[in-house]
Order: sequence, then C-alpha cells, then structure tokens
Amino acid sequence: MLDIRDLEAGYGSVTVLRGVALDVQPGEIHCLLGRNGAGKTTLLKAIMGHVRRQGSILHDGAELTSLPPHEVPRRGIGYVPQGRRLFAELTVAENLEIGLMTRRSGREVRERMLALFPRLGERLRQRAGTLSGGEQQMLAMARALALEPTLLLLDEPTEGLQPSMIQLIRDVVTDLRQTHVATLLVEQRVEAVLRVADRVTFIENGHTRETLTADELRGRPELLDRYVGV
Amino acid sequence: MDWSWFPFEMPHPALLWAGVLEGIVLSAVLALTALGLSLVFGVMRIVNVAHGEFYMLGAVLAYAVTSVIGGHPALGFTVALIVAPLLVGALAAASDWLVLKRLNYEPEATIVATIGMLYIIQQLSLEFFGPDARPVVAPFDWRIRLPWFGYSGYKFVVVGAAILLMIGVWVLMARTRIGLIMRATQFDREMASAFGIPVDRVFAGVFALGAGLAAIGAVLIVPVQQAHYLMGGDPLLLSFIVVIIGGLGSLKGTVVAALLIGLSDGIISTLFTPTLAKILATLLVAMVLVFRPQGLFGTRAA
Ligand SMILES: Nc1ncnc2c1ncn2[C@@H]1O[C@H](COP(=O)(O)OP(=O)(O)O)[C@@H](O)[C@H]1O
Ligand SMILES: [Mg+2]
Repeated sequence: MLDIRDLEAGYGSVTVLRGVALDVQPGEIHCLLGRNGAGKTTLLKAIMGHVRRQGSILHDGAELTSLPPHEVPRRGIGYVPQGRRLFAELTVAENLEIGLMTRRSGREVRERMLALFPRLGERLRQRAGTLSGGEQQMLAMARALALEPTLLLLDEPTEGLQPSMIQLIRDVVTDLRQTHVATLLVEQRVEAVLRVADRVTFIENGHTRETLTADELRGRPELLDRYVGV
Repeated sequence: MDWSWFPFEMPHPALLWAGVLEGIVLSAVLALTALGLSLVFGVMRIVNVAHGEFYMLGAVLAYAVTSVIGGHPALGFTVALIVAPLLVGALAAASDWLVLKRLNYEPEATIVATIGMLYIIQQLSLEFFGPDARPVVAPFDWRIRLPWFGYSGYKFVVVGAAILLMIGVWVLMARTRIGLIMRATQFDREMASAFGIPVDRVFAGVFALGAGLAAIGAVLIVPVQQAHYLMGGDPLLLSFIVVIIGGLGSLKGTVVAALLIGLSDGIISTLFTPTLAKILATLLVAMVLVFRPQGLFGTRAA
C-alpha cells in the first residue's frame, strides 16, 4: 500500500528527516508517535510532495517522489493536515467541492459526507473560517474523505477538540478500516492511540525508530517514556 | 459667494461634463487593466511590473491586425479585439512557464524578472513597429448629440464593453469551477495541490488572464488614443494606484477606485492640468497607505 524507504526530507537547506522507513498496509491504522518537532508533520508533507524529499515513497507500486504534488491526491491519498487548514474564506459547500475536485461527478459522495457529518449540511453557505473547532475538523475530514481515499493521512485530528468530537473522529477512522482504507495517523494522545492503532512507529529527531503492534507496545511501556514522555 | 481668491477661472458647465465623460471612459479601461494586475497579485502574490507592457502590446497588435485586414473598420477591429488579447495572453502564459515558474514565484526575484520583461517587450515593440504613434480607426463613427456638444458614440461602447467584461470576470470568479480553483489556490496553494489542483497551470492561466484583460482594455481605447511603444507607463502607474486604493483581491474595490481615479483624472485634467491630476492621485495613495493600508475594500492581511 505505502512503503517508505530511506527517506530524507526538509525545508530549503535544512534537512529534517533522515533514513525514514515505514510501511502501511490496507485496512491498517498505523500511528506515528513522537515528541513535538520530531518530524511527524514533515513526514506527511513529504508524502504529499510539499517539502523537498529524496529516497523512495512507493504507493501501490508507483514512486510518489517523482510525481508533482497535485498527482498525489489523484492516486487516492487523502490529507487532513495539522491545524485543519481549511479554505477559511470559502464556504463549507465550496470546501467540500474542492474535496471532490479529482472526480467528474461527486453528488453521491457529497451526500454521503453530509450524512456522515449532518452538522455540515446545516452550514453549507457559511464561511469555513466561522465554524467552531469541532465543525472545522468535521469539514477537514469530509473534504479529505470526499476523494474516497485508499490511504488517509491524519495529522493530529483531535487536537483541541471536546471528548464527544474525539469519539466521532475515532468512530469514523475505525469504520474506514472496515473498507480496507489504510490510515497513517499522527496523534499525541497515547491512550487514544492504543485504543485504535494496529501498529505504532516511533519517530525521534527525524529518524524512525521501533515499529510494533499495539499489543506488543502494551508490554513495553518504557518505549512510551523514551519517545513521547517528558 | 466671493470666488475672487480661486486661482483658476470657474469652468463652463460643458467643460465640466466633457471632463466627467472622459473620466468615465478612462475609469472603464482602467478598471479592466487594474483588475488584471489585482488578479495576478491576489492569486500568485506577484507584482507584475510588465503589466503596462501587456497593455501596450494589446494596442500595438490592434494596430497590426487592423492594418492587415482591409474592408470595413469594424471587421479589423473585431478581429483585433479577439486576437490581440489571445496573443498577449499566450505570451504571458509562456513567460510565466519559462521565467516565473523557474524562480519558484519568489516575490523579489519575480519583480526583477518582470522589470526585465518590461524592457524586452518594449524594445521588441520598438524594433517591429518603430517609434511612431500608430492610429487605429474606430469601428464606427456615430456621434451622440448631448445638450452641450456632440460626443463620440464609440466611447460609450467602450464603457459598455468594459462593464460587460467586468461582470464576466465576476461571474468567472464567483460562480464557476475555474473561479473556485483560482480562489482556493489564492488562499492556500499547498492545500489546493493536496486536492488535485495543478497550481502551476492555474498560475499560467491567471497570468494570461491578467495580461489579456490589460490587452482588451488597450484594444478598446486605442481608437481614441493611438498605439505607441512607450504607452504602458501610465496604465501601470494608475493600475497600481487603483489596486492600492481599492484593496487587493477586491473586485468591488477595484471598480470603485478606478471610478474615483478615472473621474478625478478626467475632470482635473480637463479643467486644470494632467499633472495636477497625477499629483492628487499619488497623494491619495499616500493617504490610503498611511491610514488604511488594506485599501478601501480590502480585508486586513492576516
Ligand atoms: N517550514 C519550515 N521550515 C524550516 N523548518 C521547519 C519548518 N517546519 C518545521 N520545521 C522544523 O522541522 C522539524 C520537524 O517539525 P514537524 O515535522 O512539524 O514536527 P512534528 O510534527 O513532529 O511536531 C522541527 O525542528 C521544525 O522546527
Ligand atoms: Mg506536527
């Protein structure tokens, strides 16, 4: 599904990621854990082609590092960035339409998104920037799911949300697993991660470290202290 | 009232009306030209110093097309109105692809690059068409009887055409998929690309559209003004003034500011001197920059 090997990535002359390796399988929720500044966001940006990168990012047999950024979503990769980054000046409906941009006709998908997040349906004409934090996260999820991704990249989707919203996001992500969508999830809430993740990869100072299943991780709590504890 | 202190003679009403009409015609063309500059800056964050040269090219190409095509003047003019903006747009798209894209659209580098484009276009125009001002015959010569004087009916057509084009651009931006793509790219180009929008193609299209709008404005005005290889300076300056006063990315602001600048320029130039008009416009820009840097209708930059 996704196979990253020997990836180096950075901004301008600053190299942030070195020797990164990671794979995500269909129907898997794979969590990326690491301290602030470890390079989690940069890794997702490298997959999307938003930063300078070198090495190999194979997706369904295609090398993403040689594609222009706008071809990445067309291959079925949905992105929910940190801080949501909605088109705040555009309406909810227009944000959704941009999510449907890669397809010819999206009416049926659009209806499905509005059924998943009914609250968005009541706010279609409203500017996205005026939504509450929870509604903004729903819209960011709906916008990414609208392209019916087979691989979903989520960067701290529960940041700053109330428990009920966190529950909703978690339900959406676990439901996606049933449809064989692969999810690469960046999350700070360790207990939430342990509840949904199939596997976890730790990232430290721009290097990926251990990858292990959620069950294995429960038996090795010292790893959490080492890579995410204070 | 005692007007003896006033240093100018009070104008005859006919002169005032002539000034107003000239001002409206100037506003119409200026609104189109400034809209092109504003779109390019809004979406691409590029200050296009060569904008006035695309305007000049539109006028010069109109001369070239109309002098090649014989028959009724309206025929050649109609062809020019279509061909000149298309050629200018194609040239703009090519220079975007070959120059600006390679500079990664860095703000400083692109200013220098468009200054270079300004001189290249100017010199090529001088080379091909020479230093003389070239007339273009108006497509028709109706005169409209006004209470005070007869007035060129063609100028009213210029105003009407400019209004239609502005409405067209508004519909394009606000109501179409292409407009949505442009607005999304303007807001966050990285996220636009994350949803499959090919940002470099959008940029080439916007640069072409901006240049094409300037070219259409020039074709419309050239039967009144003549084509000349140095004619791009004034429209560039006035477009900058309009964009600063109106506020970036605001279509309404561009129209209102173009009316303000065009009308005052028309009236003051007719009654007093063109220099006074430019001084006042520049003063107004300074005031706006000091007291309302986001422009009259712009939103404050985040
Ligand atoms: N635009 C940028 N330019 C330069 N360095 C950056 C930029 N964004 C992030 N960095 C640096 O890259 C490192 C990793 O950042 P990031 O990927 O955001 O970490 P995380 O998401 O794990 O908190 C940090 O040291 C950060 O300072
Ligand atoms: Mg981050």
